[in-house]
Amino acid sequence: MKYWRVPLDSHEVQVTRGHVHIIADRCKGCGYCIAYCPREILEFSKAFNAKGYHPPVVKKDDCLNCHYCELLCPEFAIFSIER
Amino acid sequence: MKPAVLTGEHFINGDVACAEGAIAAGCRFFGGYPITPATEVAEHISERLPDVGGTFIQMEDEIAAMTSILGAAWTGIKTMTATSGPGFSLMMETVGLAVVTETPCVVVNVQRAGPSTGLPTQGAQADMMQVRWGSHGDYEIIAIAPSSPQEMFDLTIIAFNLSEKYRTPVFIMSDEIVGHMSEKVVIPDARKIKTVSRPKPTGRKDKFRLYKPGPDGVAPMPSIGEGYNVHVTGLTHDEKGYPVMSVDTQKEMIARLLGKIRNNLDDIIMTQEYMLEDADIVIVSYGVSARTAYTAVEEARNMGIKAGLLRLITVWPFPEQKIRELAKRVKGFVTVEINMGQICREVQRCAGIPTYLAGHAGGAIIPPDDVLNILKERF
Amino acid sequence: MTENPQNVHPLEDLVRMDRIPHIWCPGCGTGSVFASCLTAMKQTGIPYNQFAMVSGIGCSGRGAGYINIDSFHTTHGRAIPFATGIKMASPDLNVIVFSGDGDLFAIGGNHFIHAARRNMDITVICVNNLTYGMTGGQVAATTPHLAKSSTTTVGNPETPFSLPFLAYASGATYIARWTMLHARDLADSIEEALVHKGFSFIEVLSPCPVNFGRRNKEKPLDTLKKYYENTIVRNGANPAELDIDYKKGVILGKFADIDKPTHDEKYKKMYWPDEK
Ligand code: SF4
Ligand code: SF4
Ligand code: SF4
Repeated sequence: MKYWRVPLDSHEVQVTRGHVHIIADRCKGCGYCIAYCPREILEFSKAFNAKGYHPPVVKKDDCLNCHYCELLCPEFAIFSIER
Repeated sequence: MKPAVLTGEHFINGDVACAEGAIAAGCRFFGGYPITPATEVAEHISERLPDVGGTFIQMEDEIAAMTSILGAAWTGIKTMTATSGPGFSLMMETVGLAVVTETPCVVVNVQRAGPSTGLPTQGAQADMMQVRWGSHGDYEIIAIAPSSPQEMFDLTIIAFNLSEKYRTPVFIMSDEIVGHMSEKVVIPDARKIKTVSRPKPTGRKDKFRLYKPGPDGVAPMPSIGEGYNVHVTGLTHDEKGYPVMSVDTQKEMIARLLGKIRNNLDDIIMTQEYMLEDADIVIVSYGVSARTAYTAVEEARNMGIKAGLLRLITVWPFPEQKIRELAKRVKGFVTVEINMGQICREVQRCAGIPTYLAGHAGGAIIPPDDVLNILKERF
Repeated sequence: MTENPQNVHPLEDLVRMDRIPHIWCPGCGTGSVFASCLTAMKQTGIPYNQFAMVSGIGCSGRGAGYINIDSFHTTHGRAIPFATGIKMASPDLNVIVFSGDGDLFAIGGNHFIHAARRNMDITVICVNNLTYGMTGGQVAATTPHLAKSSTTTVGNPETPFSLPFLAYASGATYIARWTMLHARDLADSIEEALVHKGFSFIEVLSPCPVNFGRRNKEKPLDTLKKYYENTIVRNGANPAELDIDYKKGVILGKFADIDKPTHDEKYKKMYWPDEK
């Protein structure tokens, strides 16, 4: 379920293309990155990580390289790099 | 602008002498809070610190005052605060932090009678157990008791030196009488004043371990900004300084904290003896009361009583060994102190032979007659 | 998704990776605020060894333990006086206080108002989770009226502080409020606060799902939804109108950015007027 479409900082960020990188074993499964990725490109994986959480996986390769997930993630478990 | 060491003869009170001693020792930050009878230390040092490039701040309470001197100490400088009983009680929280983070600093307690607000303008020596045990947990500290304004100067320098050498808070346990008494104070030539600074780390920064002790049990201490990226915590920590919540780490940490004092007693403990050689009664005293005790010994000798004086310059760590040795050859001990028997109890514990107190609840010195009466009645 | 061969998160050089994972619960916002803070430090371009971080006690008080710079985890409520000592002795250092609402505003409230009054040149970041998380969710000086806590099981009879208003009245010269969800604004605001000369205060609303959310029937994503939907960014808003009321809308933004001499500048000018 989604309530929001416009990224919080869309006014500041140029549209570029990037890769999102997930360090799955650091994730504690809060789902914040999934819920707030402006491109909605993430979803929970079916698999468990080493800590027993479902980390995010990329469902469509459409990352903006906005680094928002990188800032929001409490676990240093996700970041984006320029493509 | 005046120099750091005001060489010459001065007629000043104990509080002022203490402030001058601090500056001469290299103190460059003082965080304070007004309280009778220690206020003059803050007043004087607030004027003097800017002369030598140091800073002073009057904090919002004694908790903040004591905490500020720890923060400042980690920038690599020598720091001090001064207070009296009620403020000392507030500082106890941070005393524990100073001990466990091994932060050198000097805390002056110009004692007044308590409990609570007590007699703000009248002296006592009733915080002697609080200084030893007042913060929670097991620890060791160093406490020094000056008997005169001259010693407020001299022993403050020694307090800084010990605190730097052993990376521990050192307490100047003065009292209202010494603090407010004006006497001649001779400040020596700057070159004659020996000052000690904390051990500094050498070697590779990435291999550095914050609490890895040197040969004397004391770890070198870096300052903020030197690139050691230290983490300093009040939690139980390992050699790296990282918190580890385990029985073993706790045991190791406490053993080292106690050890660095307990294994260096000969270097730390200072006592003074007067007519002890042939004495069969030992008077134990410290601070202002040692002056009373001294007079009492003289008078006792005139009366044919073989009394001698053991003055504790450092009260903590306690010269336990010395008391035990004396106990083997004397009839008993009398402690002279302005409290209801705090160090008396400690002497009793070590001596195991008759030990009496010449003391009272505070507000005035102990008259020598009180000591003589005990000598006459009990021995 | 291509593989980053190093697998290195860009903030890792500022984190004590040998201490990760941190202790913060899943869904705790403290880690997010921490990441924004580290990002802001990077953004300033100031060398890391010119920073020091001081924390008090509590969940967010653990921040100092994870940052890979000189960092101090002090006693409960005393981060600000510790930071004051550092700043007085070494005015060139950038001193950050990273701590929680209980630490900074209940037990440490007195220190906060006085450091603000002095315009002590430090940056105070308060992770406000509305409760005492570490001890199990007791009522705090920030807990909303009627909210449940482990010591107010039927609801809080008290009224909470408005932290930015308190900061304003005390004399803080940079004041902002964000939520951890406004991560970019937050990072930019912290960056501004770090370079601001004077006492800077940033309140960051942050979920404690384990000890506040659970008792108040709020899942972590519910809290974030409130942050997203029921907040209004209004820079320069009247500090007297910053109560936290999600029904009215919680006002975020920068409320003060005032140029005033700092404590160390004033001290210098008075005692060493010839020094530049
Ligand atoms: S924000 Fe971080 S911890 Fe939360 S689900 Fe995403 S990767 Fe995992
Ligand atoms: S950087 Fe993160 S939040 Fe931004 S589009 Fe890519 S995956 Fe989504
Ligand atoms: S108890 Fe609350 S504040 Fe503390 S780490 Fe857990 S979620 Fe965060």
